[in-house]
Amino acid sequence: MGRPAPSAAAVPLAETVRTEGARILATLVRTVGDLGLAEDAVQEAVVAALRDWPRSGVPESPRAWLTVAARRKALDTLRREGLRGRKEREAVELLEPGVPEPGEDVVQDDQLRLIFTCCHPALAAEARVALALRTLCGLSTEEVAAALLTGEAAMAKRLTRTRQKIRQAGIPYRVPGAEELPARLAAVCGVVHALYTSGHTRLSGDRLTDVDLCAEAVRLARLLHRLLPDDPQPMAVLALLLLTEARRPARLDARGEVVLLPDQDRALWDRSAIAEGLGLLSRSLELTDGQADPYQLQAAIAAQHVLAPSATATDWAELVRLYDLLLSVQPGNAAAALGRAVALAEASGPAAGLGALDALPAAARDHRWHAVRAELLARQGDFGAARAAMRAALDVPLPAPERAHRLRRLAAWAAE
Amino acid sequence: MLYAALLYTPELDWDSPEAAERGKLYQEFAIENAALIRGGEALEAASTATVVRVQGARGGDVVVSDGPYAETKEVLTGFFLLECADLDEAVKAAAQIPAAWHGAVEVRPVHPVPRPQL
Repeated sequence: MGRPAPSAAAVPLAETVRTEGARILATLVRTVGDLGLAEDAVQEAVVAALRDWPRSGVPESPRAWLTVAARRKALDTLRREGLRGRKEREAVELLEPGVPEPGEDVVQDDQLRLIFTCCHPALAAEARVALALRTLCGLSTEEVAAALLTGEAAMAKRLTRTRQKIRQAGIPYRVPGAEELPARLAAVCGVVHALYTSGHTRLSGDRLTDVDLCAEAVRLARLLHRLLPDDPQPMAVLALLLLTEARRPARLDARGEVVLLPDQDRALWDRSAIAEGLGLLSRSLELTDGQADPYQLQAAIAAQHVLAPSATATDWAELVRLYDLLLSVQPGNAAAALGRAVALAEASGPAAGLGALDALPAAARDHRWHAVRAELLARQGDFGAARAAMRAALDVPLPAPERAHRLRRLAAWAAE
Repeated sequence: MLYAALLYTPELDWDSPEAAERGKLYQEFAIENAALIRGGEALEAASTATVVRVQGARGGDVVVSDGPYAETKEVLTGFFLLECADLDEAVKAAAQIPAAWHGAVEVRPVHPVPRPQL
């Protein structure tokens, strides 16, 4: 046991343990062939590290320490359960102390396998998100439950059922072949994007949880991009997340109130995230030769906003064009349809925006639709209709800052 | 692993010319996937189904009724038993069963149960 290395000291202990734990898990799953057993072993090792290291100091190689500890736990479990099959006996040999840690290549393959298993389309969408947080981001069951706004017991049950399905349905632990890869990769990107979206729509000011889903999604997108560095899709997903995340510090003011895009302090935007996002987007577009997928288009839309010096100097006509492209590949994307109406209102006036809103089907008319409509009606000076629309937009459960914002708008229009 | 592929499709009159066409597609599937197929049958129309229940416990009254329970667009019209390495292989095979585009195929692992020695 050594002193904390200077570089290690810069990273909080819990973060090191968590990152290394998630990394070790992937290899352990392959070795023991059972997700639940591997998860428990790593979890115990992580708990032991968090208990011991503050007293004994961070070991020289936290990774090696955790690997040995997790292997020992897994070995205990296998022996306790009485090694029934050949597979278990083989696993034990690989768990014996003295077996060297796998090389970086092997670990990366293992991580990729685990990603494809956890994001398998045969698992329910919510189950994929929960499992990804648990195994790929290395959160505890309690943290996953908090992040997804469920109780710990319910989450534990859901995770158990999911692991059971993986085992019993024979969901493989491997990277799909070239033929299946595009569809399966799209499913993985879908999980990352869903994770980000649910964090983003919840708003950071609504402090229901300590777990930051947006940050978890970015972490996962980074991992996926690192594992498939030449694939344009994970590249575009990471670009999209970074370009959206970069603007997050300006979305709420010091009092936790919503700040609309025109009023946001652009100095608060994270310039390094923007630069990284723009770089990834342009490389991704080069690789697909201009044939843009939905993530690239959404990233391009985010890029238009970050490139504009102000809301008024934004190229709204270009945004309308990008939304049209996005809707041509995703006709059912309600958020894109709303975004298009907003851009159209900016480019051609509120009447054009309202026309676009009214053209949307009833299924797309959710509380956001009403809120956007209210803003455009107010801009036209029709405050009575704007108030009615905003009341409709308040008729659902909303995150506190968003509700407060809408109520303030309503109050402002009442005075008109 | 052994998987059951349960075929849910709109009902088809087995004597119709359409059914003959369908039969050819199934033969193609069976030939191409002979290595995986461990069994399978087509079922007569759902209107021919009979539901049997024993009330209460074993030895209770036998209640026989007409099936199926509800009018649904897609009904169980057949099944295959497929021996596959994992779910991905089973899904790949299931996607080639004509029912997958005429309706849907439900893939389920078969639970191994001990059998009496005959």
